[in-house]
Amino acid sequence: MRRFSLGRYTLPVYSVIAIVYLMIPIAYTFVFSFNDSLKTNLIWRGFTFDKWLNVCQQQGVCEAFGNSILIGVISTILATTLGTMIAIALVRYRFKARSFVSLLIFLPMATPEVVLGAGLASQFFSMGAAKGIATIIIAHVMFCMSFVVVTVKARVASLDPALEEAGRDLYGSPAQVFWKITFPLLMPGILSAALLSFALSFDDFIITNFNSGPAMTFPKYVYTAAARGIPAEANVVGSAVFLLAIAIVVTVQVRGSVKAKRLAKR
Amino acid sequence: MARLAQEFIARGADLELVGIRKEFPGFTAIENLDLHIPAGEFFALLGPSGCGKTTTLRLVAGLDEPTKGKILIGGKDVTATKPHQRPVNTVFQSYALFPHMSVLENVAFGLKQRKVEDPMTKASAALDLVELGHLAQRRPQQLSGGQQQRVALARALVNRPSLLLLDEPLGALDLKLRRQMQIELKAIQMEVGLTFLHVTHDQEEAMDMADTVAVMNKGRIEQMGSPEKLYDRPHTVFVSKFLGQSDLFVGEVVESNASSLSINVAGSKITVPKDRAEKHTGTIAVGVRPEKANFHESEPAPTSGVNLIGPGEIIDIRFTGVSNQYLIEIPGIGEITVFAQNVGKSPVTELGAKVWVSWKVEHSFGLADLPENSAAESLSEI
Repeated sequence: MRRFSLGRYTLPVYSVIAIVYLMIPIAYTFVFSFNDSLKTNLIWRGFTFDKWLNVCQQQGVCEAFGNSILIGVISTILATTLGTMIAIALVRYRFKARSFVSLLIFLPMATPEVVLGAGLASQFFSMGAAKGIATIIIAHVMFCMSFVVVTVKARVASLDPALEEAGRDLYGSPAQVFWKITFPLLMPGILSAALLSFALSFDDFIITNFNSGPAMTFPKYVYTAAARGIPAEANVVGSAVFLLAIAIVVTVQVRGSVKAKRLAKR
Repeated sequence: MARLAQEFIARGADLELVGIRKEFPGFTAIENLDLHIPAGEFFALLGPSGCGKTTTLRLVAGLDEPTKGKILIGGKDVTATKPHQRPVNTVFQSYALFPHMSVLENVAFGLKQRKVEDPMTKASAALDLVELGHLAQRRPQQLSGGQQQRVALARALVNRPSLLLLDEPLGALDLKLRRQMQIELKAIQMEVGLTFLHVTHDQEEAMDMADTVAVMNKGRIEQMGSPEKLYDRPHTVFVSKFLGQSDLFVGEVVESNASSLSINVAGSKITVPKDRAEKHTGTIAVGVRPEKANFHESEPAPTSGVNLIGPGEIIDIRFTGVSNQYLIEIPGIGEITVFAQNVGKSPVTELGAKVWVSWKVEHSFGLADLPENSAAESLSEI
């Protein structure tokens, strides 16, 4: 006699529902980027490639997108460099208040973004700093750095100190050992920290909104536009970023598995 | 840097440690170490983990700085120099091969750093020396433990350092491979004439390979000498049990003449030549190697020049191939171990048999210190 198994049906059905639930906003954004919309992009009016081909015709979309890219790249470079240095110091060197510093690094991640944003804004105000792209970058470096430190620290901790010692033993000066041994071995950690930084920076709205002044970023543009109806061009940019991210992940995965296969073959 | 290395490049140099002390926060790893290793020698630092042997090696390599003292290589004070400025290379315990480089690039690393001409050709030659030329393009993690070990050795040797440091390099290998590598290492050392400083906790390995062995314990060198000397005439309880096995007897010195002295152990008299004893008065420990002792099924007539104790009872017999190991319980004295060569005519083999144990006086040795616990004990297993 075959017993009716709950797991046989419940699990697949539940999984499908969960995935659909997760995918609906993305699918909606993607599909409506092809909508032949007028001012608002709420009702389906027919399929077109126009918005993809002429994405910059909608006023402000491309400018905001460009600003976001610029801020993302600069913040990522700064945060990754500083964060990597902090991570190495925290793992490799014994100094007073080391564990205290480790704890402090976590604080920006634990603090609500609204609080961080408002706090920074009032600092910039009392300093008399003009808000703009520079203040946004300062803010982004601040919160990205914590994530970089945490990501890279794990990689440094798993690095056998004997490797660096072997480098020193084999006539490498401290700088040479860093660039030839330490850095290449930390590279995977540094890369994922950089990708995370960029994603966080590109995506940030709350802290940015407090510290941007007149400068427009993509999330800010979408937020402002939402009041009047988001143009389909915003969907185009959103979908493009999404596709790009997927492409990066797939490339990295495929490269990794090809490499592993090649190693296994030998 | 290159200039300094150039000065030493001609063959092995001697190493001298003067009054070395190394403190770490909370403990002292090395108390006060003086050591001289002549050029071209295969020198082993032997000791249990935590005895300070690896710390000594790291000080010589420059990876740690001594709290006090001086390090001289080939007569030059290198105490204040950095690792990359010393004519020294290390084979690390974990091999520490660079995982992001090929085997060949690993071996060529030191040569490239010193801007030696034609590093790749020289590295290939070094790989051929350790018979791994055909694996040059592989990554280290694709090699077996023994192969990695040989790459690490080639990577160090290719630089022709005046001093090669080996940090338990055979520890991770299985027994058969280990024996093979020991022979190879020794052959390479003889061939290239470098000074080898080998750190190990394996007494057989140290005795087998080294010209001179220094037994280290608790940050001090307990005794130093050729393997034969150390084995024949240990000076302390620690050395007598770390290098091989020993039966030890503790008693008061009751007789003493010009050439020998005797102690009283639970009524038995055990004699040791004076020139083989560290201490000549008071309570001392006298020992004998288990393979130098014999046992008898009936009480032998007392002979001068032979120590005799017993009777006792055989309480355990272990067959180890080349020999039988007997554990004999002697009332008032304790358990002692006797090895009998497995040469066909096996002596007594029954448990519970009543036996007497004897050995030649000249095989006794007197120690400078006493075993920690009981009045008499057998220090067999380590």
